[in-house]
Amino acid sequence: MDAIFVLVEHRQGAIRDITFEMLMKGKQLCEKTGNPLTAVLLGNDVGAMAEELKDRANRVILIEDQKLENFNSEAYQQVLGNLVEQEKPSLLLMGHTAFGMDLAPGLAVQMNAPLATDCIDVMMEDDRVKATRQTYGGKLNVEVRLKPAQCSMVTLRPASFSVADYSLGGEITRVTSPLTEEIPSKRFLEYVEAAAGEVDITQTEILVSVGRGIKDPENIPMVQELADSLGAALSCSRPVVDKKWLPKDRQVGTSGKTVKPKVYIAIGISGAFQHAAGMKGSGTIIAINRDPKAPIFNIAHFGIVGDLFKIVPALKGKIGEVLA
Amino acid sequence: MEIIVCIKRVPKTAEADLVIDKTERDIEKEGLVFDINEWDNYAVEEAILLKEKYGGTVTAISMGPEEVNETLRRALAMGADQAIRLTDPGFEGSDGYAIARVLSRAINPLAYDLVLTGVQAEDDGYGQVGPTLAELLGIRHVAIVNQIEGIENGRARVHRELEGGLDEVIDLELPAVLTIQTGINEPRYVSIIGIRKVAQKEIKVLGLQDLGMKLEEAGEPGSMTVVEKVFFPPVGEGAQMLEGTMDEISDKVIAILKEKGGVA
Ligand SMILES: Cc1cc2nc3c(=O)[nH]c(=O)nc-3n(C[C@H](O)[C@H](O)[C@H](O)COP(=O)(O)OP(=O)(O)OC[C@H]3O[C@@H](n4cnc5c(N)ncnc54)[C@H](O)[C@@H]3O)c2cc1C
Ligand SMILES: Nc1ncnc2c1ncn2[C@@H]1O[C@H](COP(=O)(O)O)[C@@H](O)[C@H]1O
Repeated sequence: MDAIFVLVEHRQGAIRDITFEMLMKGKQLCEKTGNPLTAVLLGNDVGAMAEELKDRANRVILIEDQKLENFNSEAYQQVLGNLVEQEKPSLLLMGHTAFGMDLAPGLAVQMNAPLATDCIDVMMEDDRVKATRQTYGGKLNVEVRLKPAQCSMVTLRPASFSVADYSLGGEITRVTSPLTEEIPSKRFLEYVEAAAGEVDITQTEILVSVGRGIKDPENIPMVQELADSLGAALSCSRPVVDKKWLPKDRQVGTSGKTVKPKVYIAIGISGAFQHAAGMKGSGTIIAINRDPKAPIFNIAHFGIVGDLFKIVPALKGKIGEVLA
Repeated sequence: MEIIVCIKRVPKTAEADLVIDKTERDIEKEGLVFDINEWDNYAVEEAILLKEKYGGTVTAISMGPEEVNETLRRALAMGADQAIRLTDPGFEGSDGYAIARVLSRAINPLAYDLVLTGVQAEDDGYGQVGPTLAELLGIRHVAIVNQIEGIENGRARVHRELEGGLDEVIDLELPAVLTIQTGINEPRYVSIIGIRKVAQKEIKVLGLQDLGMKLEEAGEPGSMTVVEKVFFPPVGEGAQMLEGTMDEISDKVIAILKEKGGVA
């Protein structure tokens, strides 16, 4: 039976959440199709991770090599290309993450495998692979069919599947790394950690968060005052940081910070998944947006459709009265 | 330094009301405002900064209908030296793989040290074309580049953005494809006068045949994925909408803050 492969994603000694999400989805697919679920773990000295994953799959394929110490798409591509040729899985799942975005497209071309990226669901029906992905910043869902192939590839969007506990009591199989030498053409040098800022947005109970809808840096004080009046901190979406209107340490999202305040007020933020992934866990989400179809309203608990330049001053005035 | 930058003209849909078209496989494009893909604007700027630092030329390439001339002219106005438009009915319906294949055919005969793309396109959001293109060209790539530290002796030292504010530093051999992340630079302003100045500049147009491609190598036949249907995301539980006058809405928000946020 052709297995479903899940590529384990780990960094700096820890398995990343996306791995468990993919395994969960993989398990659901396997229950329907009867195929076995295999976790594929590449790294150096990662035996303990294999043990950790054992129950999550029918099999863990473990390939250890010093040259796999840090992620390198070229090394991974060689090893995986080799493995897939030998093992002939029907489906290979990876994360639509910095890891998968660097690796999946090249591997797909090498294997002549159809690839659907950034998917929020994947289905297998009579050997045909279908996937659901989102376009236009999350405003539209698209169902795609992958061309029939021996092996298909799908990258899954992080935080698309919730993870429950289960045990498949899998076994660990060691496979020898086919790498004979370091990859001279692409070398990992080091990690660079972001500098800590003045305000730690992960530690406040209320966050007032502002997005591109704020239009101009001159309007930032308006939302800062709203935050101040609530004893909240000011955070933002990525474009606000890209334009240097607020420092990087204020950014919420996959490439910024993950926050879980009691209340998150999203102002002029559309709710792209990279942003949503960083704030979905907030206790109560209030979104202010003039587009009633903005994806943020799908994850918010409370929504206000309207112009932020009217709502924010009104709210600020009222809070001044009530809380004074 | 010979640099190629791939740019896409996309509809700006953050505030648009999308309408699904009759085929149910796409949206109505009529009435939408189009502009350069946000990521590609940063890629063009980065290409020009590299040219200013290391010399050489910048060539902008875009696959799409005649209207992409506008987007190419924008790149020329920013400082690109040449522009190429890839247009053919046979390109329509291309997925990320097929787009990369068409681009690779156009880029292959050119001299280049670097090919820049955006990390992702705002419309399709595959996040796939750049690395696919690299593999088809048989060269290296780095995805999600947020800093190019320097280029020396045919190698580049770049920063790649990971999750949670972490970067990794990569040393790689050129030629290579780099997919450029937003925020890497501050794209220069393009004035209408600037665009007018390049209005007469020639834009080279290439089609399927010019690229030596067969019909089955592009468009839907050349794609690895086929769109079956599009639909609006189910709203799920959805948000409870707060309505009324500004005053009433403000009162409701304050009540929520008191209840859920511990505001006194
Ligand atoms: C690898 C990668 C990592 C990323 N990491 C992150 C991340 O960590 N965090 C992040 O936020 N993004 C991240 N992004 C970017 C993400 O894809 C989106 O581009 C971004 O989140 C959009 O920000 P936004 O919602 O502020 O802007 P837009 O999508 O442009 O939305 C602006 C919103 O404001 C509304 N608006 C405009 N004017 C008004 C008004 N007057 N009143 C009310 N509403 C108004 C509009 O209706 C719209 O919904 C990442 C992207 C990539 C590719
Ligand atoms: N039609 C196109 N013409 C030129 N470049 C493109 C085209 N489509 C995608 N690209 C490039 O590929 C990048 C990533 O797109 P995607 O993989 O579709 O998200 C974009 O930022 C562009 O640089």
